[in-house]
Amino acid sequence: FDVSQSYKSHLRNCVNSGIRGSYQYSVVVSSPCFSFDCVVSSHSYLLNPFTILSCVAKSTCGLNNAVLSLFILSTVKGNVLLSAIFLSLATYQSIYPLTLCASALLYLMQRQYIPVNFRRASFWWFIVQYAFMYLGSLFVIVCLSFFLLGSWDFLPSVYGFILSVPDLTPNIGLFWYFFAEMFEHFRLFFLCVFQINVFFYTIPLSIKLKEHPVFLIFMQLAVISIFKSYPTVGDIALYMAFLPVWSHLHRFLRNIFLVCCVLLTCSALFPVLWHLWIYAGSANSNFYYAITLLFNVAQILLVSDYFYAFLRREHHLCYGLYLKRKDGSEATLVLK
Amino acid sequence: MGLLSDPNRRRALISLLTRLNAPICVVCYMAGVAWFMGLAFEPFTLRTYMSENAMGSTMVEERFPAGERALTTGREFAAHKKKAGGMPVDWLVKTMQSHGLEVFTQRFSRTLPFPDENKERYMVKGTNVYGILRAPRASRTEALVLSAPCTPGDNNNQAVGLLLGLAQYFRSQVFWAKDIIFLVNEHDLIGMQAWLEGYHHTNTTGMDWSPLQGRGGSIQAALSLELSSDVITSLDLVLEGLNGQLPNLDLVNLFYAFCQKIGVLCTTQGKLQRNDWDSVSGYSHAVQTMMLMVMKQASGRSWGDHGLFLRYHIEAATIKGINSFRPYKTDITTIGRLMEGMYRKLNNLLERLHQSYFFYLMPSLSHFVSIGYYMPAFGLLAVILLLRALDLWVQLTAPPPRTEDGVVDPEQMSSPGVLSVLTPLVISHLTGVALYTLPIRFQEMAVEHFPVSETEAVVLTAIAVYTAGLALPHNTNRLLSGGGTEQGWKVLKLVAVLYLAVLLGCTALINFSLGFILAITLVPVAAFVTPHVPKFLSAFVMIILSPACTLLFSVFFFQELQEMPISFLDGWMLYLSVISQGILDHCLYGSLVYPLIALLVYPCWLIFWNILFWK
Repeated sequence: FDVSQSYKSHLRNCVNSGIRGSYQYSVVVSSPCFSFDCVVSSHSYLLNPFTILSCVAKSTCGLNNAVLSLFILSTVKGNVLLSAIFLSLATYQSIYPLTLCASALLYLMQRQYIPVNFRRASFWWFIVQYAFMYLGSLFVIVCLSFFLLGSWDFLPSVYGFILSVPDLTPNIGLFWYFFAEMFEHFRLFFLCVFQINVFFYTIPLSIKLKEHPVFLIFMQLAVISIFKSYPTVGDIALYMAFLPVWSHLHRFLRNIFLVCCVLLTCSALFPVLWHLWIYAGSANSNFYYAITLLFNVAQILLVSDYFYAFLRREHHLCYGLYLKRKDGSEATLVLK
Repeated sequence: MGLLSDPNRRRALISLLTRLNAPICVVCYMAGVAWFMGLAFEPFTLRTYMSENAMGSTMVEERFPAGERALTTGREFAAHKKKAGGMPVDWLVKTMQSHGLEVFTQRFSRTLPFPDENKERYMVKGTNVYGILRAPRASRTEALVLSAPCTPGDNNNQAVGLLLGLAQYFRSQVFWAKDIIFLVNEHDLIGMQAWLEGYHHTNTTGMDWSPLQGRGGSIQAALSLELSSDVITSLDLVLEGLNGQLPNLDLVNLFYAFCQKIGVLCTTQGKLQRNDWDSVSGYSHAVQTMMLMVMKQASGRSWGDHGLFLRYHIEAATIKGINSFRPYKTDITTIGRLMEGMYRKLNNLLERLHQSYFFYLMPSLSHFVSIGYYMPAFGLLAVILLLRALDLWVQLTAPPPRTEDGVVDPEQMSSPGVLSVLTPLVISHLTGVALYTLPIRFQEMAVEHFPVSETEAVVLTAIAVYTAGLALPHNTNRLLSGGGTEQGWKVLKLVAVLYLAVLLGCTALINFSLGFILAITLVPVAAFVTPHVPKFLSAFVMIILSPACTLLFSVFFFQELQEMPISFLDGWMLYLSVISQGILDHCLYGSLVYPLIALLVYPCWLIFWNILFWK
């Protein structure tokens, strides 16, 4: 709730400083929507069936989500130390929030008016500060765990487990089926490919979205939830809770109907095909993995649709809402 | 992905779909029904073939000799059954022990939620008796089951006699690699449920049973015998199990192969296969056989004692001996040889039957239709719902007309719409919950106030709650703040259509016949109901197509298919007993048809009823 409220006020400030002409009225977020959207955001997390399911399963996903939300809140409020500490806590639990470093850095630098330029000393100095705080707190937490346990065994069991994917119990992710049917010889290669896939999107997304780090955080969260080695529905609930924050993008979304239908159908078909596979014995793992694939494809489509909508809105902010070609006829915007 | 990202092509396709929406829906519906009817046409079906290699290659010579002795044993069993007034436990234990089996018994008891008027039982107590023939050489990890039910009266005595005769014969052979369990269960399905729960250490239905003292390993296959006469003319194979689950097609292929080899007439659904598929009467015969299977599968009840095995991933079927007026009779020795052959083939299995199809329809015993062929019929019906949903979405998100400035009112009315949809949804589901819980809970109160028996009370309460739900729209419209708007019913219909599509899809995956029958009746309702159609005519059509009336028509249709047409009054009594059996099946064995209809299908239908009466 707090996160979405602070982001909305930030957004309003940004947009008001960039208004150009009457075309912008329809595109600018209007004030009465703000508080309603924030309430909707908190409700869409709390009342999300995925959240309720992960609570019923007594998963620790709620704690992961809480730490990530605190990290986003402290970043948006501009508190460098707290942001680094919460990010290190999140990374301590599972390695993947490491990718959120870049987006946090971009936001905090933007807030403190440090230009993102490789040749400036202030840029590097800020990175060094943040890295020191982040790595320092991570080191402190890891050492605390060592003192609590008395041995370093937890490092391979926690981080080694997440990275090397030894357990192939079927879940809603993409890893288990691949690694179940793969030869041992190629396992390390595919492991590296799959894990790099999660981290790799940081670089192009950061370059493209360097002026919009909060959207970058959202995209990173979504990419982590889809491509991590053991995703759960609690992770999906977290990034879906942020969707109402971008309600002003709804008019630019193209596939929202298809995506919603596919997500709903897949969520309903997951237990049916699990029952048919495990209990009735009439289906096999292919049926279940097909639904997993479809579910993940729908999520990817949702995320890329929001990305498209965001970029299109930026384009309209610069060039106006109703595009005209040189001879005055109406033009259509095509993503190539 | 050109379709998803190219705006011109998208717009063209979407405008085509919205312009031609109604014609496409009608065409899809006709195509779906025609496809389904065409499934029984023989050139569109495949011949059955044995898929499991382990069962195909060995030549088996059956030598069961002791048919007469089996009949004598059967008559002794009948006498002892009459004397004991139930299951003659001691005599069975003694006989099985004398044949050299390890014999164990299991007691069970269950109080039904309300008396079962078909079988006249309320507080059921019984004993199962089973003997295990240990495999002489192999380790005891797998088992096969042969069972015969102990029914009161003169039924199934010959089955128990044959079972004991086969046990004695099998005991003298040395090549059995799996343990064979010979089970005589009392109170048919209730006893079988108790035995299976005891064997697998599960307790899902709240029955009381004593633990099993002896086991034989994981059960690979099971056959249930029902024989009530000394000679038979044909053998009937019953496949449909609980929740419409079917055994692996290889079991059917095995039975058919052995009937061909030994020369016994075999039927499915009690109908003999005909050779003249290209004539109208031949085709209608195949359609009748297939529709009987569809009706039986859709009811979700287990049509033989084998039906409960399927849930534990054990392939099972029931073999019924039928004595009709044909001149050529088969004696018990031949049946014994058939059973011996089948068990020797099953003995050769290396793993559970999984090579052949689990989802199929059979217009005759030698031809089948697999899931890949019958699912498109359902898919065509589901497409209608998706087209309707797309049409509604396009109507809801069509941009409002622009003023000359180009300034557009940004207020899209989606957020109030979602909240107003919630009220009818919640009320419909609460009515569904009432339909599910009230009949059984309030049967005592109903019996106090009205002169009906408990069973009638339960059934009549269910019908009463169902009919009471019809009066809802007039009341919910008063609760809705400010009444509904044009947007409101469209949002509700969009949600309802998608909900119905997902519901029918999931149902069709688990039990195709139930999903298809519900689709045929509910999809036209869902597609064409709006507040603007003529109210009385569409209300009448909606009631005709509602789940309860579909069930009533199915009862009459089923009787017609079995060539035993009944009068309206008898049909109505049969309908009431079907409802009570459905509720009992759910309480006793965990059948899912009653909760599905009460908790999910009925609320969905109520939402459409709500839309019809939207103000």
